[in-house]
Amino acid sequence: MQKRKLSALILGASIASSGFAATEIEWWHAMGGALGEKVNLIVADYNASQDAFKVKATYKGNYSETMTSAIAAFRAKQQPELVQVFEVGTASMMAAEGAIYPVHKLMRDSGQSFDGSKYLSAVTGYYTDNDGNMLSMPFNSSTPVLYYNKSMLAKAGVTPPKTWEEMQSVGEKLLASGAKCGFTTAWQSWVHLENMSSRHNQPFATQANGFGGMDTRLAFNSPLQVKHVSKMGEWQQNGIFSYSGRRNDGAAKFYSQDCAMYTESSAGYAGIKKNAKFDFGVVELPYWAGEVKQPSNTIIGGASLWVLKGHKSEEYKGVASFLNYLSSADVQADWHQFSGYLPITTAAYNLTKGEGFYAKNLGTEIAVQQMTTGTPTENTKGLRLGNFIQIRGLIDEALESVWNGDADAQSALDNAVERGNLMLSKFEKANK
Amino acid sequence: MIENRPWLTFISHSVLILGIIAVALPIWVAIVASTHPAEAFGQGSVPLWFGNYATETWQTVLFSAAGNGVDVPVWQMMFNSLVMALGIAFGKIVISLISAYAIVFFRFPFRSLCFWLIFMTLMLPVEVRILPTYEVVAKLNLLNSYTGLALPLIASATATFLFRQAFMAMPGELVEAARMDGAGPIRFFFDILLPLTRTNIAALFVILFIYGWNQYLWPLLITTDDAYYTLVMSIKRMVSVADGAIEWNSIMATTILAMLPPVAVVIGMQKIFVKGLVDSEK
Amino acid sequence: MTVTFPHKTLPWLLIAPQLLVTLIFFLWPAGQAIEQAFYQEDAFGLSREFVALENFIELLQDPYYYNSIGVTLVFSMAVAVSGLSIALVLATMADRIIRGQMVYQTLLIWPYAVAPALAGVLWWILFDPAQGPIALWLEYMGIEWDHFVNGGDAMILVVIAATWKQISYNFLFFLAGLQAIPRSLIEAAAIDGAGPVRRFWDIVFPLLSPTAFFLLVMNIVYAFFETFGVIDATTAGGPGQSTKILVYKVYEDGFVGLDLGGSAAQSVILMMIVGLMTVVQFRFIERKVQY
Repeated sequence: MQKRKLSALILGASIASSGFAATEIEWWHAMGGALGEKVNLIVADYNASQDAFKVKATYKGNYSETMTSAIAAFRAKQQPELVQVFEVGTASMMAAEGAIYPVHKLMRDSGQSFDGSKYLSAVTGYYTDNDGNMLSMPFNSSTPVLYYNKSMLAKAGVTPPKTWEEMQSVGEKLLASGAKCGFTTAWQSWVHLENMSSRHNQPFATQANGFGGMDTRLAFNSPLQVKHVSKMGEWQQNGIFSYSGRRNDGAAKFYSQDCAMYTESSAGYAGIKKNAKFDFGVVELPYWAGEVKQPSNTIIGGASLWVLKGHKSEEYKGVASFLNYLSSADVQADWHQFSGYLPITTAAYNLTKGEGFYAKNLGTEIAVQQMTTGTPTENTKGLRLGNFIQIRGLIDEALESVWNGDADAQSALDNAVERGNLMLSKFEKANK
Repeated sequence: MIENRPWLTFISHSVLILGIIAVALPIWVAIVASTHPAEAFGQGSVPLWFGNYATETWQTVLFSAAGNGVDVPVWQMMFNSLVMALGIAFGKIVISLISAYAIVFFRFPFRSLCFWLIFMTLMLPVEVRILPTYEVVAKLNLLNSYTGLALPLIASATATFLFRQAFMAMPGELVEAARMDGAGPIRFFFDILLPLTRTNIAALFVILFIYGWNQYLWPLLITTDDAYYTLVMSIKRMVSVADGAIEWNSIMATTILAMLPPVAVVIGMQKIFVKGLVDSEK
Repeated sequence: MTVTFPHKTLPWLLIAPQLLVTLIFFLWPAGQAIEQAFYQEDAFGLSREFVALENFIELLQDPYYYNSIGVTLVFSMAVAVSGLSIALVLATMADRIIRGQMVYQTLLIWPYAVAPALAGVLWWILFDPAQGPIALWLEYMGIEWDHFVNGGDAMILVVIAATWKQISYNFLFFLAGLQAIPRSLIEAAAIDGAGPVRRFWDIVFPLLSPTAFFLLVMNIVYAFFETFGVIDATTAGGPGQSTKILVYKVYEDGFVGLDLGGSAAQSVILMMIVGLMTVVQFRFIERKVQY
């Protein structure tokens, strides 16, 4: 105890000596490359806009490295005020009630004006508790869409498929016209299981996808998902689908014009625009017309900002002011237009629209529209599963065993559910 | 040459040249990629010949801080890597030399216990105990410091073990003779032992320098102040772009830059390195 | 037996720095890791529960864990064997040559200096099924290559990426070992009419075998522990579980998945495996020193 106080004292002293009057706020993030530079610009603008607080943005590696760093730092009482955590880490953060400072409470405590209804519910829903309180601030959110190569589709004489049923014939015609493959994908679990389920308003897990309690169990081995995965397995064999890795390595097959279509995050737009030497278009993620009349909204991916406990109230005032700045329409619209991530407030969306951005950049609005179709249900609000990082790993393994023909869809998904449930019960036990 | 067989000599040269080509291929691609714009990489075929974008890429990487996505210039990161690599190499060599000296040339209580304590560190690589190690370093208030970067990685027994082997292989008459001359343990260490283990030290220096230079997970975990960022870590930063375009040209240029110092060390010290390896192994 | 100096305090002063570093930065954290193996704890350390051997039992009942052990064995043997044989061929060739030996040596040893994770990224790109020059060439030759779907291809890729760097290291040892063989021995055999191949198997290879064995141990240790960067930068263990080696599993479950108890239990088992391996290595080196 004594030692901790001492180190806190020394730390406090060193922070105090480094700045003058401005209270320093640490923000750990996972934005590499061009996005990281943009983050630095946003922070610099915020720091220039006022002189009470100084935000220091620090890159801490990819998503899991950032999250683990922050948790390790928390255990050692060296945590930052603000940390960016990817969506699969949400349940872990939420369960750590002693470690996190819910955003709605922070805003109230520090007297910032905060109106939850200004935010797009399809985005914030993922990060709110059952009483509708926002626990973390969404920062970079995206949702999967279908990108397609215009000239390849024209050559085959087809239009982009609206439904997975159409994918069959579109794929066949593409192959007949000389294409090497119909479509490829990034982030298979996210696109073809998680979003697949929500698009058809089907549960991915019991207990309202985990929102209802930690005794949730996986449910993605139902007929719908089995049908989709088994069809994809079939397509992998005949070339309509071509698997290209767990991350977004699939882009290479799309850029090289091997594959005519690509299911990827809406945030991949900037990269695709830079790399594709051909005309490309964006449409909504297909759905099975035989399963639903009207598809539901897709769910988000990406990350949100969590506030960690253990700092002085003065610092939290700064965090609240910074979060407020981040969600202002100008900053949001700029970030949305630059990165392709979804806007998190209605004001930012309207501003972007008003500036004519969507008209100039065709396809960028698709994701927003797809996200905001209808009111989110308990199957489409999001996913809140403990140990989700490992569960995604299991799903990847299961899907790969279908793609390479080692297992059929039903047994592979059954197996993933069974192994994943072990992970869930372990999490339930560890977070009692 | 024992006998003259021209075809055999020809085969030897061909095999070696093939080997060199295979070994150099990845680096060739890296060099070529740094001369193309970022988009050239990932558009269907990886270029195998130089483009005309070299000046732009290298200018950004070398002179503009933003080219690395970090607010510190390349030379600063290079300096940090250097401090870390040298700190690990020298620190480990010094403490291992003297501890091996104590274990081999002195008899004291708990000697073998001490040896086994040190030796145990061979059994658990840093990656496996990285989180508890972080907690310890944080408790000691060594986050964001050169000491914190280097010191925990010094805790390994490889060097001690190697020096112990080298010392044990030394003829006993040497010590006997030194003592006849009236040399104390300190003089013996500096005048006789040190010169004799010169090549071992050099070989270890090369191995440890490279080990230290190439660390990335540890520096990533314990630094939050970009004044302490290392070069290899910044490459990792440029590669792990969650969404959006990866700047392959800058990455490759930085990769080449990050390779230069360790390659220079290996090549510059290759003669003594090889000799040291052979000595320590025998 | 080595002659020693009589002194009481000096040895303690000499050994103190290393002991201190070991105690603080190794034993302390390693002890915590071992303790952790008997607990189940949430990531933030807010609650923990003693579960005795549950973490171990769970691990030993998991068929995938045994699969990972199998993958590790295949991977390390493949890395060691291919690394050693390629290096031996190159070293034998280099030893034959008089002119330009130094040039070849210089050009062959520098990959040793490249960070394993970077090596992984570079090979990953070369073999990319859609755009990698090697994959395209294989396709042109009529060989299908797809490390995303085919577990065997993925294993070959990580073995190549991991071996690449190790060839330089092995090459140096073999070349030095070859040069230490007395020329007169080989000349004598040549006069007796033994050809280069006979000479290699009858004389050179037996004399080289201690070096080869030493390198075998070193390479297996390398494949066991230092390759997780390569795996992480390339396959991340996939497809399926086909390239998930033990160290990567520890890293993935502990550092990425934050299952602290489970990954600590894996570390303890790993530690025992390595302990066993070090004893073997230790014995071997001891024996060599004492002749």
